[in-house]
Amino acid sequence: MTQTVDQIFVLGKHWLLEYVPIAAKPIVSAVLSVIPIMVAFPLLFAITTWLERKGLGRMQNRLGPNRTGPMGLWQPIADGIKSLTKEDIVPLTADHVVHFLAPLLLVAAAFLAYAVLPVGRNMVLVNLDAGVLFFFAVGSVVELAVFMAGWSSRSKYSLLGAMRAIAQMISYEVPLVLATVAVIMQSGTLSTVEIVERQAGYTGLLPHWYVFTPWGILGFILFMIAATAESNRSPFDLPEGESEIIAGYYIEYSGFKFALFFLGEYLGMFATSGIAITLFLGGWSAPLSVLTFIPSWIWFFAKLLVLICIFIWIRGTLPRLRMDQLMSFAWEFILPMALINMFVAGVWHFMASGFVRWIACATLVIVPCVVLSALLKRKKKLQLRTYSFAE
Amino acid sequence: MAAHIGSTQRPKSLMISFLIIAIMVAGGTAAAMVLRNPIHCILALTVSFAGIAALYLKLGAQFVGFTQIMVYVGAVAILAVFAIMMTQSRRIPVAGIFSRNASVGLFTASAVFAVLGWAILSQPGNGPAVQNTSVSVQQIGGSLMHEYVLPLEIVGLLLTAALIGAVVIAMDRKEDAE
Repeated sequence: MTQTVDQIFVLGKHWLLEYVPIAAKPIVSAVLSVIPIMVAFPLLFAITTWLERKGLGRMQNRLGPNRTGPMGLWQPIADGIKSLTKEDIVPLTADHVVHFLAPLLLVAAAFLAYAVLPVGRNMVLVNLDAGVLFFFAVGSVVELAVFMAGWSSRSKYSLLGAMRAIAQMISYEVPLVLATVAVIMQSGTLSTVEIVERQAGYTGLLPHWYVFTPWGILGFILFMIAATAESNRSPFDLPEGESEIIAGYYIEYSGFKFALFFLGEYLGMFATSGIAITLFLGGWSAPLSVLTFIPSWIWFFAKLLVLICIFIWIRGTLPRLRMDQLMSFAWEFILPMALINMFVAGVWHFMASGFVRWIACATLVIVPCVVLSALLKRKKKLQLRTYSFAE
Repeated sequence: MAAHIGSTQRPKSLMISFLIIAIMVAGGTAAAMVLRNPIHCILALTVSFAGIAALYLKLGAQFVGFTQIMVYVGAVAILAVFAIMMTQSRRIPVAGIFSRNASVGLFTASAVFAVLGWAILSQPGNGPAVQNTSVSVQQIGGSLMHEYVLPLEIVGLLLTAALIGAVVIAMDRKEDAE
């Protein structure tokens, strides 16, 4: 019974495929695999916008959306209708073709990333031999879309926003990939499905997730920080800092194109969180051995929602960084720590498993972290802020 | 000889995907030669980069294909765009689609194509028979770490030297300012 529920989508697809003539089977099979992705994640996007506005409202001591439906639940639908009926304004001097293509490219790249994401047991669109590599290759296309949007608008704010976004994405892509390398070193494969399989199994109650190792927890934290920066979210939202450059690279977009940028950004965030789940949190496996009766896809989406809530929490908590703080944080702290993490993963791989390995690797993680932050703190010369133009 | 090439038995769907890729690559490159705005040229060239990546993937070279996207679409295109914007941001034309010397560009492109095509076609036996060898990423990693570890280290050293050089150039010299 549990197996049937677990595989219900896979079985449903096979059942549907039996009614299809053999010649059309490959293409229908592909379409049947793509449609759930195209439905589930935009739906999750709709839920997230509501969740985010409610959560932020709660943190800022206000109600959030409460006019449409019970607890404002129909707000995403109202937003969708609003952006569909809004006038699509394109600046007169804009580069029309590139201006039109940029949001499409962004959303297409964001959707492509889901191809290698295992959302449940046997539930992955393509099990690529180089799945992780595919994910980062597709992610690098987003930078080009951002540039196209910023440049084609012929607005200084857009261009500034695009420049900031690209500088930030390139800087934080390095630690993002390096944090992944530690996992790849340990699992010995680039396939997302196999990485999940390597984390299967339980010791007593606890699972064998990579996040429960010294290098895994550090890698996970570094990965999530870099992922926040990659998805341009607070505290790294300089590319679209409202009080500085209004909305950054998509300021000249209105109506549904604006909504597409919004969608693309959130889809990117879900995809990176999904990869973080795959790499560190055991993918679709249950967090406790007694909970394995709950279907795998529920676990994946539960983990995803938890990560989304953490993103919202951070957005409601931390102030925006300055550009120089952003860059020095990436290159002076995150990058060295990611390199150290790779070294620790190597040590972990070659030491005999046991208590000694745990202590040694934990020391190797904690000591550099403390020393590096102390060094950086001393360099910064923290003191009371003096204002030049305000008193 | 042309009949010989055409007679190889391939499924129709493979031919169609090859045609799409060929149009992407050739069209992108041609557009890069004739368009007026240099940024448009870069974007057109990026289309052809992506097409080449698709060609690698179609031939079963996953690692090379994804690396092509990562390096060329993700990095080289951005780098080229930045280079153009830093050097000639004032001279970017607003009106007109085609470059004034589009014919020169087209002529150069077709000349290079003709030479390459002639070189390939005049090859005796039309190249080796197609062996369907799909190399896994693991095999590539293994051979990089065992067989070709010395070249890999040398490339790493070279890249490190280039990085240090870039940092030295970009560093603001405080002694000069004083």
